[in-house]
Amino acid sequence: MIRYEVLKTLLPVISDELVVCNIGSPSQELHALDDRATNFYMLGTMGLASSIGFGLALVQDKPVISIDGDGSVLTNLATLSTIANNPRDNFILLIIDNGSYGSTGDQATYAGKKTSLAAVATACGCENVVEVSAEETAQAVKEALAARRMTIIVSKCQSGNVQVPVITKNPIVIRERFMEAVRG
Amino acid sequence: MAKTIDRQIISDLTGAGIDFVTSVPCKQLAGVIEVLNETPQILHVPSNKEDEGMGLCAGAYMGGSRPAIIMQNTALGVVVNTLATLIQFYQIPLPMLISYRGEVGEPVACQVEMALHTKAILNQLHIPTYHFHKASDVEELPGILSYTQMCSKPVAILTDATFWRTAQ
Repeated sequence: MIRYEVLKTLLPVISDELVVCNIGSPSQELHALDDRATNFYMLGTMGLASSIGFGLALVQDKPVISIDGDGSVLTNLATLSTIANNPRDNFILLIIDNGSYGSTGDQATYAGKKTSLAAVATACGCENVVEVSAEETAQAVKEALAARRMTIIVSKCQSGNVQVPVITKNPIVIRERFMEAVRG
Repeated sequence: MAKTIDRQIISDLTGAGIDFVTSVPCKQLAGVIEVLNETPQILHVPSNKEDEGMGLCAGAYMGGSRPAIIMQNTALGVVVNTLATLIQFYQIPLPMLISYRGEVGEPVACQVEMALHTKAILNQLHIPTYHFHKASDVEELPGILSYTQMCSKPVAILTDATFWRTAQ
């Protein structure tokens, strides 16, 4: 399974939840599959999906799912220690780990080689870290939501993207409608 | 040991409704951070790097909070992309209380190197910038904080060594 297929299986689980989605292909694919006011699409700023989602989870009680990628988490690795040391049970970090920089031509990341993001998250002090297959991902997110415990999920899937349009929505429109969904 | 000026600054932040602060420390800001940790109205979540901190602030803002970041001017070398593509692009109001290292009174030569670029970077990014040099400059802080919310922009408050040395 590639990321697009994992996102597809996630839709019944996440479509009514607050989702902060990673820059590039992940946001574009989620936008094409199921555009919702509850989705915050990152149009730039590689690496901050985890931090933005966590900041949101810190100040309000609704569940927040950050959908990040292995390359982006490697860019902002230290935030795993911020997350671990300020745990919030309404936060789920879902790392779609396809071992590659999908938006830039599928170049290999170190997460697809020797580096285990699940082991890094655990070493940073995150208490509930699970590594699952692509096929198990939707169930893992469902269980994390039901348990209402902060969970880091590393979803190991295959490299690859589908051709979907770039997001042309105005950033302020994306932010305003997301904030309305957060309040609603 | 925190001084009156540190308490004044934090009191101005709470007075402006700031309820979420992230920080990466600087020696000049140690007193402010000390008071911050004793201020229950503000959730203080230290970050490892300032771009990460701005991500936290963006999320906190979308969750209904009023964030601010406390950092050193050298970090402007880290956050240019985040300021442009997140804070400015999505129009997120963000006061940045910045220690302005490398000015007169600076003991560490290397700090001067980023001091030379500090205002140039802020100007290049069209970020409203205020420079606290005299102790009385702090009187502008409430106005700056309200201006930040009004215009929904990142706003820089540079605080130099003379300010910290002379402020009580």
